[in-house]
Amino acid sequence: MTTPTIVLVGHGMVGQRFLEALADRGVTERARIVVLCEEPRPAYDRVQLTSYFSGRTPDDLSMVEDGFMERHGIELHTDEPVVAIDRAARTVTARSGRVVAYDHLVLATGSYPFVPPVPGKDAAGCFVYRTIEDLLAIEEYAKTAATGAVVGGGLLGLEAAGALKGLGLATHIVEFAPRLMPVQVDEGGGAALLRTIEGMGLTVHTGTGTQEVVATAGAVTGMKLSDGSELAVDMVVFSAGVRPRDQLARDCGLGVGERGGIAVDELCRTSDPAVFAIGECALASDGRVYGLVAPGYEMAQTVAAVLAGEAGGDTGFTGADLSTKLKLLGVDVASFGDAHGTAEGCLDVVYSDSRAGVYKKLVMDGEGRLLGGVLVGDAESYGLLRPLTGTKPPVAPEQLVLPAGAGAPVALGPSALPDDAVICSCHNVTKHAITQCASLPEVKRCTKAGTGCGSCVKVIEKLLPKAADQGLCGCFSHTRTELYEIARTLRVTSFAALLDSHGREAAKGGEGCEVCKPTVGSILASLAPTLGLGGYILDGEQAALQDTNDHHLANLQRNGSYSVVPRIPGGEITPEKLIVIGEVARDYGLYTKITGGQRIDLFGARVDQLPGIWTRLVDAGFESGHAYGKALRTVKSCVGQTWCRYGVQDSVKMAIRLELRYRGLRAPHKLKSAVSGCARECAEAQSKDFGVIATASGWNLYVGGNGGATPRHADLLAQDLSDAELIRLIDRFLMFYIRTADRLERTSVWLERLEGGLDHLRDVVVKDSLGLCDELEGLMAEHVAGYRDEWAETLDDPERLRRFVSFVNAPETPDPTVRFVPERDQIKPDLTILTIGTLEGATSR
Amino acid sequence: MTTPTTLELSPAPNSWMTVCEEARLTPGRGLAALLPDGRQAAVFRDRAGRAYAIDNRDPFTGAQVLSRGLIGTADGRTFVASPLLKQRFDLETGRCLDDDGVTVAVYPVRTI
Ligand code: SRM
Ligand SMILES: Cc1cc2nc3c(=O)[nH]c(=O)nc-3n(C[C@H](O)[C@H](O)[C@H](O)COP(=O)(O)OP(=O)(O)OC[C@H]3O[C@@H](n4cnc5c(N)ncnc54)[C@H](O)[C@@H]3O)c2cc1C
Ligand code: SF4
Ligand code: FES
Repeated sequence: MTTPTIVLVGHGMVGQRFLEALADRGVTERARIVVLCEEPRPAYDRVQLTSYFSGRTPDDLSMVEDGFMERHGIELHTDEPVVAIDRAARTVTARSGRVVAYDHLVLATGSYPFVPPVPGKDAAGCFVYRTIEDLLAIEEYAKTAATGAVVGGGLLGLEAAGALKGLGLATHIVEFAPRLMPVQVDEGGGAALLRTIEGMGLTVHTGTGTQEVVATAGAVTGMKLSDGSELAVDMVVFSAGVRPRDQLARDCGLGVGERGGIAVDELCRTSDPAVFAIGECALASDGRVYGLVAPGYEMAQTVAAVLAGEAGGDTGFTGADLSTKLKLLGVDVASFGDAHGTAEGCLDVVYSDSRAGVYKKLVMDGEGRLLGGVLVGDAESYGLLRPLTGTKPPVAPEQLVLPAGAGAPVALGPSALPDDAVICSCHNVTKHAITQCASLPEVKRCTKAGTGCGSCVKVIEKLLPKAADQGLCGCFSHTRTELYEIARTLRVTSFAALLDSHGREAAKGGEGCEVCKPTVGSILASLAPTLGLGGYILDGEQAALQDTNDHHLANLQRNGSYSVVPRIPGGEITPEKLIVIGEVARDYGLYTKITGGQRIDLFGARVDQLPGIWTRLVDAGFESGHAYGKALRTVKSCVGQTWCRYGVQDSVKMAIRLELRYRGLRAPHKLKSAVSGCARECAEAQSKDFGVIATASGWNLYVGGNGGATPRHADLLAQDLSDAELIRLIDRFLMFYIRTADRLERTSVWLERLEGGLDHLRDVVVKDSLGLCDELEGLMAEHVAGYRDEWAETLDDPERLRRFVSFVNAPETPDPTVRFVPERDQIKPDLTILTIGTLEGATSR
Repeated sequence: MTTPTTLELSPAPNSWMTVCEEARLTPGRGLAALLPDGRQAAVFRDRAGRAYAIDNRDPFTGAQVLSRGLIGTADGRTFVASPLLKQRFDLETGRCLDDDGVTVAVYPVRTI
């Protein structure tokens, strides 16, 4: 048996995919494979071409793994275009004169950029945008150019325009159609897109044709447009569409379509069964030439399967999805599925906000299945929506298009997707396949997902192990953020209801666990005013959710005793109050210490002593310091302008004001703050979740600082704020954090994780880009209005006081194991007693 | 008027003692009870109304605090997580779910 020869003409994205598919099926071991490649380099990622301008080298873009050709014995000839095919002799001839005989010939010659036949199109300074060589040439020429124009306002044209702008050129886009990206977006989308593009400083001419490229001494100097105007430009990039490279096929008499493209059947066979055509050069059996990489990949798989002898009836290529996402930095445009709503009986859900340049349309069928959509200005949800195509989405369609805060879930996690949802449409990889992998590199290696256009990578990352189960705990597959949104939007007011409706199947009806109960407890507490729950965090079911510290409104110590921390706002305290603290501590024999938070901690109280201690503290005007809660702790202050010779504002007054405003606010983690009276920063505001530093004209607000194990300096969010502006901004910041942070995630970690980081935060809370600010301020206003001191409320209610006993069956008996020994004139826990299991007698100190 | 249900615990074979009215226990939480010999028990009630009692002493710290932990379900087992260092104890068997070698005593309970 002789070894058959497979010849591949064209080593582009689809050609390389074809070679890999042959290798996967072992065909490379049974056949001789010869690749003839026109370009001077092996296949590279054309889809990511533009990323060359953001620093990716041609080598980075290569699609061929090191040693791939050698390992599979594939003969690759670069710089070797095929010039003729002799079908009778079954040979191809390359430009160098090389002749290769084939048994099977696969054409993967791609497309060429269409250049309209306008006068001057060949002048120096005219380019197309297809290959690495094109980009190198554009980059070189742009060094001496100031102004450029792109002919064509489609997907590629916008990418090219973005690139020119990035090269520092004043850039025009000339589009013949009445809107940008006419293929992908509809009129509404085009309008939103136009605003965004213009907002980026590009000049757009729609409904305008290019009549002539004006050249002086052979080089571009201008452009004449169909509206009679003339643009002065130094270079022109044509991006007016692509045409299949079918010349070789025409020349040897293969069937081609009327409008071009090598005609193939479902198995990608041309009119000659020994010749196949795949990728952009092929006219598929559904009558389309696909200008996207994903359908080409499917064709590559089909032909590899045919050549491996495994082609069944169902492997053929019958058509593909036309999803696209613009990769141009700063513009969010995506379309997927039946974006134009061509299916019969389909319905639209449209959200449009011209002010913000956002336009979103979803196309649904009569039964509520998602058919496709267009997203402009905010394509955040593209990665999730595309895989939902063809399914009934888990939430109402309007929730999928409404901006966060207008009744939509802030983030619909990928956990909402079914297992068979196709996450990577370039490589047809399902959620299930991705969740079998442990890391992004592994996903890319094993499934190729994410290696095409890259638009799925964000979603893949969310599906992966650390994230794979982003779920809060064994009881919920939702994140804290998602649970917050569920509770808020569906008005779920109890843990049991949330667990039974949104818990994992196995956890429904159960108890929950030590992770989700306090988390949900905190969410319900944060949302209490909105949900109409009483403000007292130990009422009803909520009592069962709180960690032991919250449950007893005090901090549990190692021997089972508690510490007591009254609030001392801003660290300012009168002598009278100091005396009361001293007297209480003395009378109850408590250990006292000045904390790192500018207040005083009283240690060594038995649970049954807490009400007595607090009765005296409350009487003297103290309130709970929430040292036990994931809540506002302290707002430290420096002495400030009132006394300090350097101070420029009253930092103590502001610290007190902030502490009183945010006291009692339950959050994903504790919150700390400080206010310094000048840039010397004696209050260490930059190590706080929100820190304030006085300036001559107001306040600077810093956020995301942290001490603790991984210290972080806070970032400056806004400068020179008035008192009112400062408070408004902190209100928004805190509520946005509470809404979107994970369980036990300090603001520092949250800010590091937040996509878009500080800039995004600033967009949301300063510029109100999500239109959320009113709502955030409203939530804070409700909190402030609803605040009541937890300890005062507890003391007022005998029922609530009943929990403060050591023994339910012997309320008068103190716990005998809570004992102390002296140390430096005070006490410390007696730990020896704890090593003995039991103890008789009921004496205490 | 019906008399309230009372929760009883058996501190030793063939003896029962009253702990409290059942309604005193918030479902999902516990309370401590002092046993006649000075030991302490942690009694709990779950969402379904089922009661449990185990020793109150956290074997990892020696502190009498298990009654102040949160209860939960893992793999179908109802447990309490110690409020100090969060080890979980099966409420039916007393076995520590996070450390095979450690067990706390379990006391029979009934309601009457
Ligand atoms: C009492 C105090 C130490 C002192 O004697 O000064 C203290 C005591 C505790 N700290 Fe703290 N921290 C105290 C100031 C601080 C500070 C300093 C500050 O606030 O300016 C920090 C660093 C600043 C920061 O948080 O960014 C601090 C960083 C921590 C951390 C690490 C947080 C982090 O993000 O890495 C923890 C652990 C945690 O919360 O997960 C912690 C946890 C604790 C706990 C709650 C540990 C626990 O779970 O039992 C301690 C309980 C005390 C109690 O039972 O009353 N404590 N702790 C201070 C109370 C301040 C107050 O008045 O409320
Ligand atoms: C800037 C840019 C951005 C894009 N963005 C996206 C996107 O986001 N999503 C998407 O799906 N698609 C995108 N595309 C389209 C995508 O790149 C193509 O669909 C894909 O490259 C098609 O693969 P192919 O192998 O069929 O053609 P190509 O990758 O063009 O490869 C064809 C190869 O054949 C060679 N060849 C041609 N004739 C001969 C011959 N006679 N002899 C030897 N070799 C020959 C060519 O030189 C070329 O190297 C983008 C394209 C560009 C240019
Ligand atoms: S921060 Fe400035 S105002 Fe405040 S105490 Fe220090 S030096 Fe004085
Ligand atoms: S969707 Fe294009 S790489 Fe995954």
